[in-house]
Amino acid sequence: MKEALEELYRQAEAELKAAAGEADLLAVKTKYLGRKGLLTAALRQVSQAPADVRPALGRLANEIKETLAARIEAALQDLAAGSKEAALLEERIDVTLPGRGTSPGRLHPITQTTREICRIFAGFGFSVAEGPEVERDYYNFEALNMPPDHPARDMQDTFYIEEGVVLRTHTSPVQVRTMEKQRPPVRIISPGRVYRPDSDVSHTPMFHQVEGLLVDRGITFGDLKGLLAAFLKQIFGDETVLRFRPSFFPFTEPSAEVDIRCVMCGGKGCRVCGQSGWLEILGSGMVDPAVFENVGYDPEEVTGFAFGLGVERIAMLKYGINDIRLFFENDVRFLEQF
Amino acid sequence: MLVSYRWLKDYVEVDLAPAALAERLTMAGLEVDAVTAAGPAFTNVVVAKILSVKPHPGADKLFLCDVTDGETTWPIVCGAPNTRAGILTPLARVGATIPGGYTIKSSVIRGERSEGMLCSEEELGIGPDTSGIVVLPEDLPLGRDLADALDLKDTVLDISVTPNRADCLSIIGIAREVAALTGKPLRYPEIRFTEAPEAAADVTSVTILDPDLCPRYTARVIRGVTIGPSPRWMRQRLEAVGLRSINNIVDITNFVMMELGQPLHAFDFRFLEEGRIVVRRSTEGEPFVSLDEKERILKADTLMIRDGRKPVAIAGIMGGLNSEVKEDTAMIFLESAYFAPSSIRRSSRMLGMGTDAAFRFERGIDPEGVVRAADRAAQLMAELGGGRVLKGIIDQYPRTVPTAEDIRLRLARINDILGTEVPAEAAVGILKALGMAVREEGDGDWRVTPPTYRVDVTREIDLIEEIARLWGYDRVPLTLPSAAAAPVHKAPKENAADRIREVLTGAGYTELVNYSFISPAAPDGLGLAADDPRRRLVRISNPLTEDQSVMRTTLIWGLLQTMARNIRSGAGDLKLFEIGRLFFAGAPGELPVERDTVACLLTGLRYDDQWHHPDVRVDFYDLKGVVEGLFRALKIADVRFDSADPEPFLHPGRACRILIGGQAAGILGEVHPDLLERLDVKGRTVVCELDLDALAAAARAVCAFRGVSRFPAVARDVAFLVPRELESEALLGHIRATGEELLEKVQIFDVYDGERIEPGFKSLGLRFSYRKADGTLTDDEVQQVHAALVARVVERTGARVRGES
Repeated sequence: MKEALEELYRQAEAELKAAAGEADLLAVKTKYLGRKGLLTAALRQVSQAPADVRPALGRLANEIKETLAARIEAALQDLAAGSKEAALLEERIDVTLPGRGTSPGRLHPITQTTREICRIFAGFGFSVAEGPEVERDYYNFEALNMPPDHPARDMQDTFYIEEGVVLRTHTSPVQVRTMEKQRPPVRIISPGRVYRPDSDVSHTPMFHQVEGLLVDRGITFGDLKGLLAAFLKQIFGDETVLRFRPSFFPFTEPSAEVDIRCVMCGGKGCRVCGQSGWLEILGSGMVDPAVFENVGYDPEEVTGFAFGLGVERIAMLKYGINDIRLFFENDVRFLEQF
Repeated sequence: MLVSYRWLKDYVEVDLAPAALAERLTMAGLEVDAVTAAGPAFTNVVVAKILSVKPHPGADKLFLCDVTDGETTWPIVCGAPNTRAGILTPLARVGATIPGGYTIKSSVIRGERSEGMLCSEEELGIGPDTSGIVVLPEDLPLGRDLADALDLKDTVLDISVTPNRADCLSIIGIAREVAALTGKPLRYPEIRFTEAPEAAADVTSVTILDPDLCPRYTARVIRGVTIGPSPRWMRQRLEAVGLRSINNIVDITNFVMMELGQPLHAFDFRFLEEGRIVVRRSTEGEPFVSLDEKERILKADTLMIRDGRKPVAIAGIMGGLNSEVKEDTAMIFLESAYFAPSSIRRSSRMLGMGTDAAFRFERGIDPEGVVRAADRAAQLMAELGGGRVLKGIIDQYPRTVPTAEDIRLRLARINDILGTEVPAEAAVGILKALGMAVREEGDGDWRVTPPTYRVDVTREIDLIEEIARLWGYDRVPLTLPSAAAAPVHKAPKENAADRIREVLTGAGYTELVNYSFISPAAPDGLGLAADDPRRRLVRISNPLTEDQSVMRTTLIWGLLQTMARNIRSGAGDLKLFEIGRLFFAGAPGELPVERDTVACLLTGLRYDDQWHHPDVRVDFYDLKGVVEGLFRALKIADVRFDSADPEPFLHPGRACRILIGGQAAGILGEVHPDLLERLDVKGRTVVCELDLDALAAAARAVCAFRGVSRFPAVARDVAFLVPRELESEALLGHIRATGEELLEKVQIFDVYDGERIEPGFKSLGLRFSYRKADGTLTDDEVQQVHAALVARVVERTGARVRGES
């Protein structure tokens, strides 16, 4: 009896393995587990077996039945899953084709660089101030300690609109306008377009500056050095080597040019730094007392410093651009690189 | 300014090599732009001796010489008439290069071998003499490199002298700086000469009629000079600093200007009518021919040097042709004067004559240095020109040039400004090294008198700068401002611009930056009406080019040009924007009105991903969607798109004005096909221009919260049949105007004007969504409200209901 049951199971298992589809599986199920199935019949025979072997045979028969039923059910499920999979594979696509939708546009490199500069100075507590681009001679020159017929005016070639009105040559007039309106302390930066009649690989008649002004009690030249050093290390990296060099601007005294060790050659001397190993990057200085007097500040009471830098120059160094005119040709093949 | 290293060493001991000196000067504020070796333009030329000379058998004018360089004796063929045995002369050996790019080769001249060349001054580029070979001093060692033997090697420093440092526009000025920086003593040139018994005052006189422009005029008279070439040492020095040698007298005036910084002028006394000088302003329209042989018509107010009858020089700028030193000049009137800097600057700019003299006068020369310079030049004219210096100097000094005296300087102030702890002795030491007189008034309280050549030092802060400069900027410690940081303020316009940049780049638009100036032809190019405000152009009076001669009154012109340029270089699908400023001429006396503006341009294919959407081209609605997105992002409500009165440069049927709160805020539309054709652009192009100030003013940073209903919405669709030209806004406006509370929104879901519609009409499908805040709508409620709305539309617009669901 026991052998017969086990033989039945082996037989069913073999048929199950051979089954090629849902119909075969169902046929096996009916053949063994159906009401008139072979296993069903075998179970009935167990009840007629001698009492001493009946419980063991009964367990075996039930075990076989359950196992068989589970096997058939699992096979049926596998079959269903398999056909769904096949259906999904029918929907296969080429994942290497480009995606759908609009790719984002780019911000002009000047905007990106200006934003970075302003972001750093915002961290130092500087707010943005603005002013007119067509400016009075007074604000562009005179209030900044450059009276008419002053040789310092040679430092900045100028576009004139009419008597006493110019295109601003720097954003410094914003400093004067701000100080006229506001008592110290003052902490501003003024980004913007400026104009000088000049055009070659390193000059365009319009370019961008960011200038800053800090006025308060007890501001020193050491503060100027500290703040500008912190700024330059943020923008060019912690390793940046810099030097402060005496210079002259009519509206600051003492004045300093700030140079960084050439980012192209590391100081060995190259075409970009004119073989000097240094790059002029910032003009700066302590606000000249005459400027304070022009806006009604008492130079004995407050001191301050101002600085200015060319945005294009920073962008050119950061991106390795060799011709400033590219910024304003607006060739999309250039613009889309940033 | 060019500074000869060798010349500099005449006045101060320099133990730094040129490169190190350059670094030192640069770090003291005299930026050295370049250090260049300057020297003779020849190589491999040595001192040689002619041992024997015999005539060339095949040529009358040539000689055969045996020449030794101390080691080897060479056969040389030479044609110089002064060739003779025993003299030392330069030998260019085989392989030598001489000016003009010549290389000396071994050669055979009319059958005779020649292993080198004996040279004249001119051939070596060391002088003008072409008459024969150079006869060198007998004590020079044979075989020595000629450049070394004659000390022809030099290094030239190119220094950018800032406009405040007039005192550094001379070799002595740089020497003073070097002395102060290195502590080495300064040696002024020794001036010593004998005066003739005859007095200058007996042969000439100087009258200053305009002392405001000429506070001081000094003169010397030198008789009996012989015009000729300058000695080599002087020529070398002048050439090293970029001046051309002319003749001994003119060279002396230039030499002294470069040496001491005082511009001088030598007149030929013969041509000074009445033998006297008068200094006064020109009269309007007066003609004058300057040394450069150009006739200039003077304006009133140019200071002129005149003789008894006529102008003979433009004061401080250039002499006149009529009184120039000539080959036969014998008597010199030598001028050394101080002219008012601003007057010289005005005249030199007006005349476009930026001469070396004007450059120095306009920056301010040493008013007390004029006599020294006159004497120095007189001395040289006696020594090098064989002249007799008449007794006495004429010195008209009607008006004192103010120089700074007793400037108060406080030690505490120095350190407060610099953030340093410079000790008192160091500060005083620096000032003294710079030639300043320092008097102590109290503890750390001084009175300082700068030397008269330091015209830039007049205030305490100027002294502090000097101390900082020589103390060394690198010794100032780095600190951070101690002041408490104020909160950073961001203007609404800045925020709006940031947000606009985000939205537009997100929508695929790339930012560009065009010049603020455009062509004055732009308004005509855009067909603007005669009274259009965009014709109120701000003109630049000195533009670089006509195309860049007016400030822009619209960004669109620049966008169109940029588009055309990009299309020409092969990029046809463009999404561009710019944020920039417009300029409109203001009332007389007022500055122009400046408006920040944003503009976009769209052309070509709608999608980047062409394989999904082949060849769908952009139109009006593409950019309108972006503009609407901008308004949503800025939380701007109450926007209207109005098709009335379109811009002349836009497509008359596909353009509108944009109003915010009823106020004009911008324009949007497809560019007029005629304009596109002129730009050689095919396909629709859409532009918009919006006033950034208006956007910033209307933008809301926060908006009030509205509850969200949890109850379901009910939708009803209606198709209205309306005349084709009726704008959808006409329907929607009437619906919105009811303010119906239950109507959550109404959307257009379909626009159709095809075959199934009678001609001249279109069908607008509207979807009404109804919802209640506090409960579920019943069919009856919806039906009642909906029917009323539809009826209202029909009644107000004459629309017919086509179908309803």
